[in-house]
Amino acid sequence: MNKSILILKREYLTRVKKKSFIITTLLMPVFMAALMILPTYLAMMDDKEERTIAVYDPTSLVLDRLESKEFTKFHYIPKQEFQELNKDFKSDKYYAVLYIPENILTTNRAEMFSDKQITFDVKNLVTNRIENIIESEKRKKVVDETGVPDLEKKLAATKTNIKVETIKLGEEGEAVKSSTEIAMAIGYVAGFLIYMFVFIYGTMVMRGVMEEKSNRIVEVIISSVKPFQLLFGKIIGIGLVGLTQIGIWVILGIAIATGLTTFVGSGSAKSVVQAQSIMSSPGMEQMAASAPAKENITIEIIQMIGNLNIPLILFALFFYFICGFILYASLQGAIGSAVDSDEDAQQMMLPVMMPLIFSIIILFAVAKNPEGSLAFWASMIPLTSPVIMVARIPFGVPAWQIVLSMVILLGTILGTIWMAGKIYRTGILMYGKKVNLKEIVKWLFYKN
Amino acid sequence: MEIFQANNVVKEFVGHVALSSVSISVKEASIFGLLGPNGAGKTTLIRIINQITAPDSGELFFEGRPIKADDIYQIGYLPEERGLYKKMKVGEQALYLAQLKGMSKRDALISLKMWFEKFEIQAWWGKKVEELSKGMAQKVQFITTVIHQPKLLIFDEPFTGFDPINTNLIKNEILELKKNGTTIIFSTHNMSSVEEICDHIALLNQSKKILDGQIDQVKEKFKTNTFEVQYRGETPDLDNRLGANFRVLEHDSSTQLKQMKVQFLNGNSNNDLLKILMNQFEIVSFKEVIPSMNDVFIHVVEQNNLEIKL
Repeated sequence: MNKSILILKREYLTRVKKKSFIITTLLMPVFMAALMILPTYLAMMDDKEERTIAVYDPTSLVLDRLESKEFTKFHYIPKQEFQELNKDFKSDKYYAVLYIPENILTTNRAEMFSDKQITFDVKNLVTNRIENIIESEKRKKVVDETGVPDLEKKLAATKTNIKVETIKLGEEGEAVKSSTEIAMAIGYVAGFLIYMFVFIYGTMVMRGVMEEKSNRIVEVIISSVKPFQLLFGKIIGIGLVGLTQIGIWVILGIAIATGLTTFVGSGSAKSVVQAQSIMSSPGMEQMAASAPAKENITIEIIQMIGNLNIPLILFALFFYFICGFILYASLQGAIGSAVDSDEDAQQMMLPVMMPLIFSIIILFAVAKNPEGSLAFWASMIPLTSPVIMVARIPFGVPAWQIVLSMVILLGTILGTIWMAGKIYRTGILMYGKKVNLKEIVKWLFYKN
Repeated sequence: MEIFQANNVVKEFVGHVALSSVSISVKEASIFGLLGPNGAGKTTLIRIINQITAPDSGELFFEGRPIKADDIYQIGYLPEERGLYKKMKVGEQALYLAQLKGMSKRDALISLKMWFEKFEIQAWWGKKVEELSKGMAQKVQFITTVIHQPKLLIFDEPFTGFDPINTNLIKNEILELKKNGTTIIFSTHNMSSVEEICDHIALLNQSKKILDGQIDQVKEKFKTNTFEVQYRGETPDLDNRLGANFRVLEHDSSTQLKQMKVQFLNGNSNNDLLKILMNQFEIVSFKEVIPSMNDVFIHVVEQNNLEIKL
C-alpha cells in the first residue's frame, strides 16, 4: 500500500505541475464567466448610445404618444423636413426616420428608414410602441361602438397570467414546493459534469498506461511493485487530479461570482443570475422571460433550491463521480495495457465508452421523464447509472432505488477492478502482438 | 552458498510451454550467465525470479529459504526492454525508482549523489530524460538498478546502447559489484562478454535447460583435442607421417610462418604428437584449441534442435 501511495504521488504531482494543467484550470472559470457575462455586459453597453428617431405622422395617431426609452428618443417632424430627409438622409441629427402612413389602421404597416442597419433593439422598441398605440386606438373604437359602460376596464381585468406551481409530496405527505425546471437544470448539469470528468480523466488513465508500456519503464516498475498497485495508484492519482481541478473551478467560480456581485452592483448580478439560468436550461428561459418581476424569480429560485435535498445531491454527485470514474478508468487502463498503438486504442475504446456516450444521449429524455422505465433501468445498469442517477436525484428518487443502484455499481466496480487487474498484468508485458477481445478474455484466466 | 535456487520450474502459457522443469542454482558473489537463443525462456525465468510472474510449479529459494514477496527489495533488475519516463527529470525519476525499491528518500538522495558523481553526470540531474542520448539514459538506468544495493542483480543485455568506453565502464562496475559480494545473473547474446565476466553458465533451449556448469569446465567438456601448430621449414607429407591417430584439419603453408590444425582421433597424449612433429620441422608454437563460448553455444543448440526434431 505504501508503494501505491508513492505511485499515486508521482501520478498526481507530475500532472498537477504541468503548465497545460495550470493554465486550463485557472483560465477555464474566467473563460466561462466571460462567456456568461459578456453578452449581458455588451447588451447593456449598447443601450448607452443616444438615438433620436425622427417621426413623421400625418395621421396624428402616434403624435406625442411615443414614449422615449432610456437613450432612444422620438422627435416629431413636419412634412417638409420629412420630404427633405426622404430625398437625402443626413444622419448627424437623427438615427432613423419613422413614417406612419395614413392607412396604418387597415394595413398594419409603418416604415422606418436609415442609412445604417437599424438595430434589433430599436426596431423592437418602435414596433412595440406603435403596436400598443394602434391596439388601444382600435379598442377605443370598438368600445365606443358597443357602448357598454366600463368595457375597457372590464376587458383589462380579463388579462391573466397563469403560473402553475409544481408541488412534490414528500415521504410523509407534506407538500414541498419544487421546480421541475430547477431539478432538470441541476440534474442535467450534474450528469454532464460526470460524463465529462469520466471521459477526460478515464482517457488520461489509458494514456498513462500506454505511455508506461511504450516507454518500456513498466517492467522496471513491476519488478518492485505489483502490477495491481501500479494501476491502482495511477487511477487514484489521476482521479485526484480531476477532483483538484474541479475543486479549483468551484472555488474560482464562487470567487468570480462574489466579485462580480460586489463590483458591478446588484443590477448586473441579477442579469448574471438570469443569464446563467437561461444557459442551463431551455425551460428556464421561458420562465424567466414570462415572469414580470425579475427580483422575485431570483428569490424563488433560491427558495426552491433550498427545498431540494442538497446534501443528498452532493453526496450522490460525489459518489457517482468517484465510482463512475473508477469503473471506466479501470476499463480504460486495461485497454491501455493491451494495445501498442493509438489506432488500436481508439478501436478498443469505442465499445467500452459506448454506454457512457449512450447515457449522455438519453440524459435529456431522462430529465424530461425521470420516473419512466428508461430512466429507471439506465440508473440501475452500472455503466450508465453514474450519469443517469445523478440526473434523476434532484427530482427525488425512492431511497431503495438509490441504494440498489449504488450497491450494483459498487459490486460491478469490484468485479471490473479484478478483471482490469488481470488484463493489465498480462497486457503490459505483451509487445508486438495485435490483440482482440477473444485474446483479452483468455488473459482473464491466466494464472498470475 | 547459493543465493538463489530454482528447482523444476514449470511455466506454461496458453498454447506453449515457456519453461519445462528448469533448475538453476546461483552461487553467492558470482556472475551467472543465463544463455539461450531467442524464445528459449530466459525472460520468463528472469520474470519468475523477479516475481513478476509465478511459476505453475517448482520451488524457488532465496538465500536458502523459500522466496518471499519482500525479497524483491534485495533484487535489482535491468530488463532488456527498458526505458524511463521521458518527460520526467532525471534526478526526480531516479529518486522515485529508488523509493519504489524500498529506500528512504534521504538514503536514496545520498547514494544517488554518489553514483552521479562516480559517473560524472551530476549535470544531468535537472534535465528531462528526453533530452538525454540513448547511452546517457542507459547510464541512468544502470544506476537506478543498483542504487538500493541489492544482493542479487539481474542484467538482461546490459551493454546495448553503450559505446566501447561506456561498455567498459559498466563492465568494470559489474566486476566491482561482484567483488563486493553482489551476485549477478547476466543474460546476453554476446558470448565474448560471457567469457570475460561469467563464472558459471546455464544454457536454455526451447524451454529446457540443456547445459550448465562452470565456464571453464563447460569449455573443457567441448574441446575436440585439436591443436594449433606454427612452424618453420619445409612442409612434409604429414598425412603419411602422422599415422591413423591424427588428422590434419587445416593447413596453411602459403605464409612464411606456416600453420596447421591437427586433431587427435584416439586417446594419444599431447607429447606423442609433439614427438612426431619435432622431427619434421621447427615448432614455433603449440597450443591446444579451446572452443569459444560462441562455438559451444552454436554446437549445443544446433545439436539439441536436431534431437528435438528427431
